[in-house]
Amino acid sequence: MRRLLFLVPLAVFAVLAAWLYLGLGGDPSRIPSPLVGQTVPTFAVDGLATADLEGPALVNIFASWCVPCRAEHPLLTHLAAEESIVIYGIAYKDKPEAARAFLAELGNPYRKVGFDEDGQAGIEWGVTGVPETFALDARGVVVFKHTGPLTPETIRHDLLPALAR
Amino acid sequence: MTAELGHFALTLALGLALLQATLPLYGASRGQTALMELARHTAFGQFVFTAIAFAALTRTYLVSDFSVAVVVQNSHSLKPLLYRLTGVWGNHEGSLLLWILILTLFGAMVSLFGSSLRETFRARVLAVQAMVGAGFLAFTLLTSNPFQRVWPPPLDGAGLNPLLQDPGLAFHPPLLYFGYVGLSVAFSFAVAALLEGRVDRAWARWVRPWTLAAWAGLTAGIALGSWWAYYELGWGGFWFWDPVENASFMPWLAATALLHSAIAAERREALRSWTVLLAIIAFSLSLLGAFLVRSGVLTSVHAFATDPERGIFILLLLGIATGGALALYAWRAPAFAAGSPFRPVSREGALLLNNLVLATACATVLLGTLYPLFLDALDAGKVSVGPPYFTATFVPLIAPALVAMAIGPMLAWKRGDLAGALGRLWAAALGAALAAGAALAYGETLAALGLGAAAWIGLGALVEWAERLRLGRAPAIEVWRRARGVPRAAWGAGLAHLGVAIVVAGITASQCFQSELILAMKPGDSAQIAGYTIRYDGTAQVEGANYHADRATLAVLRDDTPVAILTPERRFYPVESQHTTEAAIRTTFLADLYAVIGEDDPEAGRTVRLYHNPLVPWIWIGAIVMALGALASLTDRRLRLTMPVRRRQAAEA
Repeated sequence: MRRLLFLVPLAVFAVLAAWLYLGLGGDPSRIPSPLVGQTVPTFAVDGLATADLEGPALVNIFASWCVPCRAEHPLLTHLAAEESIVIYGIAYKDKPEAARAFLAELGNPYRKVGFDEDGQAGIEWGVTGVPETFALDARGVVVFKHTGPLTPETIRHDLLPALAR
Repeated sequence: MTAELGHFALTLALGLALLQATLPLYGASRGQTALMELARHTAFGQFVFTAIAFAALTRTYLVSDFSVAVVVQNSHSLKPLLYRLTGVWGNHEGSLLLWILILTLFGAMVSLFGSSLRETFRARVLAVQAMVGAGFLAFTLLTSNPFQRVWPPPLDGAGLNPLLQDPGLAFHPPLLYFGYVGLSVAFSFAVAALLEGRVDRAWARWVRPWTLAAWAGLTAGIALGSWWAYYELGWGGFWFWDPVENASFMPWLAATALLHSAIAAERREALRSWTVLLAIIAFSLSLLGAFLVRSGVLTSVHAFATDPERGIFILLLLGIATGGALALYAWRAPAFAAGSPFRPVSREGALLLNNLVLATACATVLLGTLYPLFLDALDAGKVSVGPPYFTATFVPLIAPALVAMAIGPMLAWKRGDLAGALGRLWAAALGAALAAGAALAYGETLAALGLGAAAWIGLGALVEWAERLRLGRAPAIEVWRRARGVPRAAWGAGLAHLGVAIVVAGITASQCFQSELILAMKPGDSAQIAGYTIRYDGTAQVEGANYHADRATLAVLRDDTPVAILTPERRFYPVESQHTTEAAIRTTFLADLYAVIGEDDPEAGRTVRLYHNPLVPWIWIGAIVMALGALASLTDRRLRLTMPVRRRQAAEA
């Protein structure tokens, strides 16, 4: 019985190590969205509501205070201008005038922009951080979600194929 | 050529480590002196070759050799010399090499100072140390070779994350690694003792100085890291319960427990198998920290570029080292005889309480850090465990230990007199009541508890010194004689407890009495915070070595008299295309006035955040006092390894 007691640390460690091994497979920055496979959530903010969205399209959550948004902006401009993809923007937790100044400075790739000053739509969309991009198909079903700034690789390998499906 | 030389030296170090990990063990079991002696020399050899490899890598940074991959990824020719140098360990590959350098340095030190160890024991310690070394050397060479070349070499490098271009952070990893890796010696001693089946007083006395040195490094390293977070991240906080911070805090808690239980093991042969277990756990938590930071299982602001393949390798190392040691423990430790009996109220009892609290606190932090990972493994969804969990569990857990901290050192071994100890602590109790009362007058119950505890511990340490010296009850000459007779370890312990008191006061006051003000200011605007008037005088553009900055000028006035100018900056590093904030801090050592600036809005003005943080500097002052306490203990003659064992001195009774 006393000997068993000395086995406890080893047993605890074995469980811990097994768990750590399982944890290795996952990617902690990939946050699954329950929205994928569902129709777009019901929301309405100043300038944009659920009824305005016509797929196939992208919904891009951005903010003027967000540096990565600035970084991905040229890619959105390119998608809208060169690939003729419809993009809706939601300015998340941002003052409307700051968001307008942001778009005036960098160009506006969005068909319509909603101003979600208090982050209400962000809750409906399950936003975990800006920027975030959702792809909708023709039926208005979310087919893809990306957290963080888009990159040319993500657009080529994930986003465009998801839209094309 | 330099890179190839470094690569070659590292390979040679691995060869020596493999020799040292096997032959001396065989020699120790067969009684062959020549094989056991081999370890003493290979330990030096490993250190020398690793140092050559480290010097080679450093040179590639200093001359900006952009044919070496890590230099391309982490350096830039425009970067100031200091940061080109510290950039050596500012990334995964280089920091791993630094880790190995310190690991082999400790091996060489054991070889140098270990002449009083039993021959077989020394051979086994060095062999275990070499197993750890071989594991990390193989890890570096197989998955993270810092000497990888790129072809064709680019014209310039990608630069170093500007947040890391900072003197505080430059020296944070070496100190922290000194602590992490120093615990490997305690681990090697524990495994060697299990191999020999023998844990005696001498063993505990050998383990203590290594643990003390590692603990001092960990304390200083963690403090430096938190200081960096305080002034560089720009939100006035100093500890975020981030997974990587926790990864350094857990070994610290385990090492603190180990320091205390080793005292009981040395003096009374009590808690021996527990002490061995703690030595294994402390280093295992260091390894776990390395795993968490480098494998990509958890996200954190400080995590290195991560790679699952590396994760598997470290997990394998962790499995072999910890799993092997714990299996050995399960096999050998039941044979250790129990120590001398003691009453619950005694010095041993107090040390046991300390250990229980620290071990539980450590387990709480471990659970909170790994919980998101557990849920993810179960596919039960994503969560993040934040400061509220840690404050709610850690703080109440640690509170009883804070109360016991002042009493423990006043108790006698074996059977203590609680009433007598409390009676002698009346001054500390009075001080605690006054501090708590003062805080209550401000209506802060939490502050009353925290400041009361701080006064209790701090004054308790002073009372304990006064008792030893019979201060105020014996003639001055007698006090002086006693002061010279008090062992350094006792001064050190008191100093470390005093440091804890200072840290507790700093944390409490900064949490409970912080003032914060966020506003948009235009030149000429003024704001009031904590009795100061802050006037914004405008922003100027300044050029740094490798950045442009907006530097705001904030005049600090008290009763219309200027007392200071604060110049917070918002920097842009073009190479990395990244912004950083540089806080401006004016400290009186009793409180900090802290200012950071945000973006400028043509209409509203510039965003300015102002904080008044009472007693915040005490957190770092206290940590320094704690580390000094450890260093004072290290100079105790009883712990000097080459000195003959001395009997316990009368003054310590």
